Amino acid sequence: MAHQILVHATTSGGVTTVEALIKHPMDSGFVKGKDGKLIPPHYIEVVEFTHKGKLVLRGFWGPAVSKNPFIRFSFKGGASGDPIGVSWVDNKGETASMSAAIM
Amino acid sequence: MRAGVNRAGARMAWGEDKTMKRVWLMIAAFAALGLARPAKADPAADLKAFQRYFQTRFPKLELKDYVNGPYNFSANDRAQWKQILEFPPYSFAVDAGKKAFDTKFPDGASYASCFPHGGIGIAQDYPKFDEKTGKVVTIGIAVNECRTRHGLKALSLTKGELADIVAYMTSTSDGKPIHVVIPNDKRALAAYEAGKEYFYSRRGQLNFSCASCHVQAAGKRLRGQYLAPALGITASFPVYRSKWGNVGTLVRRFIGCNKKVRSVPAKPDSAAYRDLAYFLTYMSNGLPIAGPGARS
Amino acid sequence: MMTEPETTGPARRTVLLGAAGAAAALALPRSGRAAAVAAPKASLWPEAAFKATTPDPALKALWGSSSLTPTTQVKMDAPDIAENGAVVPISVDANEPKITGVALLARHNPYSLACAYEIPEGTSPAISSRLKLAKTTEVIAVVKSGGKLYSTSKRVKVTLGGCG
Repeated sequence: MAHQILVHATTSGGVTTVEALIKHPMDSGFVKGKDGKLIPPHYIEVVEFTHKGKLVLRGFWGPAVSKNPFIRFSFKGGASGDPIGVSWVDNKGETASMSAAIM
Repeated sequence: MRAGVNRAGARMAWGEDKTMKRVWLMIAAFAALGLARPAKADPAADLKAFQRYFQTRFPKLELKDYVNGPYNFSANDRAQWKQILEFPPYSFAVDAGKKAFDTKFPDGASYASCFPHGGIGIAQDYPKFDEKTGKVVTIGIAVNECRTRHGLKALSLTKGELADIVAYMTSTSDGKPIHVVIPNDKRALAAYEAGKEYFYSRRGQLNFSCASCHVQAAGKRLRGQYLAPALGITASFPVYRSKWGNVGTLVRRFIGCNKKVRSVPAKPDSAAYRDLAYFLTYMSNGLPIAGPGARS
Repeated sequence: MMTEPETTGPARRTVLLGAAGAAAALALPRSGRAAAVAAPKASLWPEAAFKATTPDPALKALWGSSSLTPTTQVKMDAPDIAENGAVVPISVDANEPKITGVALLARHNPYSLACAYEIPEGTSPAISSRLKLAKTTEVIAVVKSGGKLYSTSKRVKVTLGGCG
């Protein structure tokens, strides 16, 4: 199955920058489908990023976050090879998670 | 009998003089042939003229800049586009496309076995003219032909798995100069000319041709949106459109454009679109592949 | 008219390869599900804040206050005119000490709160994301530092596309 979360994490000068692209429809509930009916809301509510298991960012998202959400943030520390964990839960209770190494 | 003179020796009126009438008719016929016969297709000359037209019109743009489409004309839009490209929205499509491309067919063959160079770094050569069938083949059609040759069903030419596969294949040609070949074959030249005619013909309720927006109004706005010049316009396909929320092929865009001018679109694998793609991509020969791309 | 040429080649490819490569590095020491990353608790989601239709009640529900101190120490990068209202790249950064929260609101969205972040110590408040703006609106960036809320705002225009 193709990746659902793509992460690009690099470290430089003691700061690690994480970029992630997360596959998710992020349906707001305001858009009509081809059948003329409203597509029900379906969006990520909570997303978490960890570094070596420690929380480095918690995001609260909603219907106003674009489809296939992108995020970039940075934190102090991190070394090449360290694991960055990404996980999310959406309004339907669906979840996904993965781990990627800092380049 | 002497020309122009009847048996009685009197000068004849034109209508009476059958010989002169025949001569004049023959002259008229040859003249008509000369006027009605189209000049021989000269794609190379057309290409020079096409690129020169835009370069004269936009002297500050280098040829390769044209692949940026509308983003050469608005700093506001260009900045947003650049930011979105920092983590391209077509990343999932390329990822999925590579997986699909690398997956073997039930009979053990693969996409790689259908294409030159294993399908890597060849997108810039499409569309191609297929001498066996006498038709233009786009990269998407080539993917489907590969599938059907190996017992698989053809995929939608506009989006989905095929678009992902084409996105992946195109990504392996990033930066390579577009190199569409039009062989000295009557059928290839006819396809080229048909595509060219399509491009310049008005259609639909709004009565626009492709040229109306992408030549005459290139660099100008249609409501809030800048119009990309036709030169370079195919280079970024397949394209992730924010509007679509996924990746679509050139033919998907042809269909969309047709609908927008309220013209009934043709079928995705129609000769009309194959030939249009042939002409339009050829006009960008020499420009670098910039696909897959991102647009609004 | 743009004069700087677009670099299409290596820069973009690197990002793609890097992303795929990093993601493919699921080859971390795996011991069954132990190495799996735990899903966040849905109960953490501040529902009331996300259901508010104007900024003040959204901020009250999120952080207990809607009292904002506008400051140039909070910076927001957002376009003057959104090319496509469904995907508007917006970045926030701030130069206040001990920032524990960042939020972005769009006054004229159906629900004003677009997103909010909890910033642990050691994490920068500089966050980039892509948001949907329903129509021309004031976009407000708020950071929580100590007990106070600091903000900046910008009007972003959302126009009707041309060709579709």
